[in-house]
Amino acid sequence: MLEIKNLHARVTEEGTEILKGVDLTVKDGEVAAIMGPNGSGKSTLSYILAGRDDYEVTEGDILYNGESILEMDPAERAASGVFLAFQYPLEIPGVATMTFLKTAMNAQRKARGEAELMTPDFMRRVKAAAAELKIDAQMLKRPLNVGFSGGEKKRAEILQMALLEPKLCVMDETDSGLDIDALKIVADGVNALRSAERSFLVITHYQRLLDYIVPDTVHVLYKGRIIKSGTKDLALQLENEGYGQIIGEAA
Amino acid sequence: MSVTELRPRTPAETALVQLAEAAGTDEDARRAAIEALRREGLPHRRVEAWHYTDLRGLMGRRLGGDHLIEAVAAREFPQTETVLAPLVPGSTVVDLDAPERASAPDGVTIAATDALADWHESPNHLDRPVDTVRLVNAAFGARAATIAVADRAEVAAPIELRSGIGLQSHAAVKVDVGNGAKAVFIERVEGGGSPAPSSLVSHLAIGDGAEVLWVVDQAKDLDAAHLGQLNVSVGANATFKLFVLNAGGGLVRQEVHAVTAGEGSEIIMRGVNLLQKDQHVDVTTTLRHTHPNTTATETFRNVLMGGHGVFQGMIKVAREAQKTDAKMACNTLLLSEDGDFSAKPELEIFADDVQCGHGATAGEINGEHLFYLMSRGIPAPQAKALLVKAFVDEMVEELEIDEALGEALTAKIDAWLDASH
Repeated sequence: MLEIKNLHARVTEEGTEILKGVDLTVKDGEVAAIMGPNGSGKSTLSYILAGRDDYEVTEGDILYNGESILEMDPAERAASGVFLAFQYPLEIPGVATMTFLKTAMNAQRKARGEAELMTPDFMRRVKAAAAELKIDAQMLKRPLNVGFSGGEKKRAEILQMALLEPKLCVMDETDSGLDIDALKIVADGVNALRSAERSFLVITHYQRLLDYIVPDTVHVLYKGRIIKSGTKDLALQLENEGYGQIIGEAA
Repeated sequence: MSVTELRPRTPAETALVQLAEAAGTDEDARRAAIEALRREGLPHRRVEAWHYTDLRGLMGRRLGGDHLIEAVAAREFPQTETVLAPLVPGSTVVDLDAPERASAPDGVTIAATDALADWHESPNHLDRPVDTVRLVNAAFGARAATIAVADRAEVAAPIELRSGIGLQSHAAVKVDVGNGAKAVFIERVEGGGSPAPSSLVSHLAIGDGAEVLWVVDQAKDLDAAHLGQLNVSVGANATFKLFVLNAGGGLVRQEVHAVTAGEGSEIIMRGVNLLQKDQHVDVTTTLRHTHPNTTATETFRNVLMGGHGVFQGMIKVAREAQKTDAKMACNTLLLSEDGDFSAKPELEIFADDVQCGHGATAGEINGEHLFYLMSRGIPAPQAKALLVKAFVDEMVEELEIDEALGEALTAKIDAWLDASH
């Protein structure tokens, strides 16, 4: 599904190098967790996967289903099946949530050469997905994310993910700002989407999220490189010992 | 006897006076306005109220050269019968050149008068002693139509005000809305074709507790010039909503001068200016709070694909106007390097217990918003269009007006956005 090879990247404007040779492979159907202390490059990695132009790849490659996506813009990547659940979903005043959802779904369908969704079909899908995530109809009547609480924003991200049916889901600190009830709803939403054809890259600070979204592999990102990979037990070890021990071993 | 040395008139000023002289029958009041126009000429950048719209210079580029004057003067000034579809189905359409022909709805009286706009004094203290827009209007002989809405009358359908859309179009209207009445007025400013400006001067008096929505729908051709002025007094506990849409015109000045005429009045002004290459569009407003406990919010959003835009907003709070709450904002999206925008917000406050604020922004499309939309698969051009539309559609939404009218205005905005992308 995803092969990241010796990825080096820097902030376009100031030139600070953030990723310094990331190597990572995520197989079809795999849930890979990326953990790491603040400033290790976790969010940068997620933005680069989605194609944000504030970052510049200077070396290495990102292969998605065997092909490089570096030359694709964010919309093209999304249409090919890459989805980023934002740590801080943006409020966009004036853009109605339903208009946005329909525009995004149909833009992706169009890019893939599929017929556009008719309104009744679209409404039916949104209602069903919203009910699963306990998102009420009033929320969907508002402009995109405007006035949503932190938890509502995160649920709205998962709603988008469910509707867009991506193949590679990158989740950037989806647990941040969520209370335990909201966390369970979000995790249930994610777990419902797990399948042999869909892979997840779950980025998080804390082991807590991984109790609910159980990963197949865990990778530790530190100073722009993966310094250790393992099973879900690695996350427990980090929880108990902190990052110090592993960073020490890698040094 | 004293002799005032006259500044030599520019060819454009001379042309304008000649056009005014050719515009219709002679009578004393109009003659006086023409003489004043000849004497005062057009305002230029050293007149503070016209600093960003140097009318003398800008008109010079449109009216320079005798051949042009002759060409314009030689043509007839048809009061065109072109049928303009109502903006909203079911509207009452008033032709300001022949108001008596309109079929007035219940509670509304419509009549023609001989009155010309009074240009002897400007409502904008930064202007010259004469009011330029009214002076041009009177010099070209625009007679004021009168429209009266009876006390407590609720006029269901909008009243659309329309003046001739031929070469020379100058109209005036005086509207009185009675206490507790409700009405919607739409100025339709369309057509074009002349280097000389058209003009429309409106006076609106809103009675106590009345609710009025006034829409200025300006969509002149790109070769046309237009001077518009709306003067409003808002009665006690009355609500005045204004929406200005500038989606056309080569050279446009739209002035709005509002004053509170009683306690508790509420003013809600929203506007959208859509500009492309070579246009010059100026919106100048003054809000005068003269009574306690009045509120005003004023927001203009501008989208520039080119051209030059101007916003001047003045809020004046008199000493006795305690508890005034007034906010003003002007936000501009610059989508081309060819466009520029000048914003001049001003506050003049003499009361000590008020809340007043203003803000002006100018910039490009928010990169983070664009990335977010694109990351969901929406291609860049479509994502940008969505964000631009959101930026301006909010102005219509915030007015909370009748759905049909709101949709009609949004459709006009969308048509412009679609055509310019």
